[in-house]
Amino acid sequence: MKNDQQQPDFFDKPENISKILKVFYAICILLVVADFIVHRHIYHAWEQLPAFYAIYGFVGCVVLVLIAKAMRKVLMKKEDYYDQ
Amino acid sequence: MISSLPLLPPFLPLLIGAIAAIVLRGHLRSAIMLLTPIWGALQLTAMEPGLYWTMEFMGYTLEPVRVDKLSMLFGYLFHLAALIAVIYALHLKDTLQHVSGLSYAASAVGAVFAGDLLTLFVFWELLAFTSVFLIWARRTDRAYGAGMRYILIKVLSGVLLLAGAIILIKQTGSARFAEIGLGHEGMMNLGAWLIFIAFGIKCAFPFVHNWLTDAYPEATPTGTIFLASFTTKVAVYALARGFPGTELLVWIGIVMACFPIFYAVIENDFRRVLAYSMINQIGFMVVGVGIGTSLALNGAVAHAFNDVIFKGLLMMTMGAVLHMTGRINGSELGGLYKSMPKTTILCIVGAASISAFPLFSGFVSKSMIMSAAIAEGYDIVWLLLLFAAAGVFHHAGIKIPYFAFFAHDSGIRTTEPPKNMLLAMGIAATICVLIGTFPAHTVYALLPWEATYQPYDITHVLTQLQLLFFSAMAFVWLNLRHLYPPELPSTNLDADWLYRKWAPSFVVPIYAAISGTINKLEVRAKGAIKQLIDHSYDKEKGQPKGYFAQLWPTETMVFWVALLLVGILILYYI
Repeated sequence: MKNDQQQPDFFDKPENISKILKVFYAICILLVVADFIVHRHIYHAWEQLPAFYAIYGFVGCVVLVLIAKAMRKVLMKKEDYYDQ
Repeated sequence: MISSLPLLPPFLPLLIGAIAAIVLRGHLRSAIMLLTPIWGALQLTAMEPGLYWTMEFMGYTLEPVRVDKLSMLFGYLFHLAALIAVIYALHLKDTLQHVSGLSYAASAVGAVFAGDLLTLFVFWELLAFTSVFLIWARRTDRAYGAGMRYILIKVLSGVLLLAGAIILIKQTGSARFAEIGLGHEGMMNLGAWLIFIAFGIKCAFPFVHNWLTDAYPEATPTGTIFLASFTTKVAVYALARGFPGTELLVWIGIVMACFPIFYAVIENDFRRVLAYSMINQIGFMVVGVGIGTSLALNGAVAHAFNDVIFKGLLMMTMGAVLHMTGRINGSELGGLYKSMPKTTILCIVGAASISAFPLFSGFVSKSMIMSAAIAEGYDIVWLLLLFAAAGVFHHAGIKIPYFAFFAHDSGIRTTEPPKNMLLAMGIAATICVLIGTFPAHTVYALLPWEATYQPYDITHVLTQLQLLFFSAMAFVWLNLRHLYPPELPSTNLDADWLYRKWAPSFVVPIYAAISGTINKLEVRAKGAIKQLIDHSYDKEKGQPKGYFAQLWPTETMVFWVALLLVGILILYYI
């Protein structure tokens, strides 16, 4: 047990992280490429945009996080705010 | 064996379990608590659709047990949830929590089988009074305060429901709980709206949602599993029964689906993150009820079913972290995968399910609601639901597993939680995968409305994967750029600020001013009376100062009698 703690674990090694990220990027690229190969059903006009879901997911989440971060300026109080 | 037993009202087995838990101890109690949800569920299989035990009350017909496909789906769900939660809580010796948990589950079952508004009201209030002890059982000052606020809001909801029910029963002459809808005339409209608001409070509509984010994270690790399973799902059931196709619900639902994800991103307490994400998921269900087509309603109740399991699973993994480390804030956790690898995997299964990855349960129900939205021409709603779906992956799917189990190593070394906790999480995770992989044989088989839906086709799988992977890409990019907001010890202001800070800021001074004025008036009045007494009594001589007071009582009497006689004499002559 002690030995386990001293040895760096799988996720502690930067080279492992970069390997995982490379696989992740590859999957992302494949998913976009698939968009041009597979004929997907279009239920709505916006979906005709190539890789609509990928763009929407990425932009949506960046906007979400940036707005949430800005909200902190107004909403964030100390942990014991209500206990006082 | 079950068929030889007499048929009992559906809520009774769980209630018997709760009562047994009061007196029994040790393994016997555990055995009874495990058996009662199974007994209750088996009993349901023996019940045919219809009305049971109808009775007359003050000239109205009460239908305490109505069995149909909608109530049956929630009935099975609640027994399953109760079983999982009981297993998760088996290691406890706290009688209060066991009794309260089982009787709370019994109230939820009673509420979904209630065929009339009065029975519904009784179980509606019981839900509140049985569950609050799961919050108080944490035995901290914060939990006490949160529990008080919780019960006050719940009782308000109950009072509104009763008022609305009385108006409706008077107007229609029937106590039956069926479709109500909005947009009636006169008093009937008032009654319908009161019931709508009562349901809305329990459903955590915007601005009345804070009882949930306030109280659930303050409950005990095991109590939160019970809490997350029942109250809000009973409210979704009630909306699906009473207000299907009410367009207002689409817009309320979309607000519920979107605003909590912003809070979830910046919230530090992981169980509170899950509480916000719960409102987000209920938002999807409320949209489904609001659209009101068979597909949408099926989607709403199927998602309620799945949400109980995957949200329960996520809550259980966070409960396990809290139980083992005593910590739940993102700012204090990290690197736990080293000492809790099983819990980590189970958490990832829950995260994949709530994020609606293909082969996991969220995938087969969330998409029903979204397909229904697009089919009915709610374009903006569909687009916002898509945003909410990406957002839920972001905070519940990535943020929670990442900051709790990976990220920077917090140095905390612990062990896996007790075996019963692992078993409960394992069961929930298995159900998530089973439902996601074989929807037609599991949750779809229980759906109440007629509609065909096929979740697995290339378009749906591909687009969903694109959405999710690129949401994850956003997380990776923001993190590498150091743009992602760090986990900070904090409190984020929400609508509860209105009644926790703003209202007290002037109500307390006004109250103080009024009570101060009353005190002053009292002191002055006492002073004045004392002065009057002092003025009219001569202390030195030991006798009153006034003329009449100084005479002997008989002399005074003679004087007044004489005066009266004179008066009568005068009146006589007039």
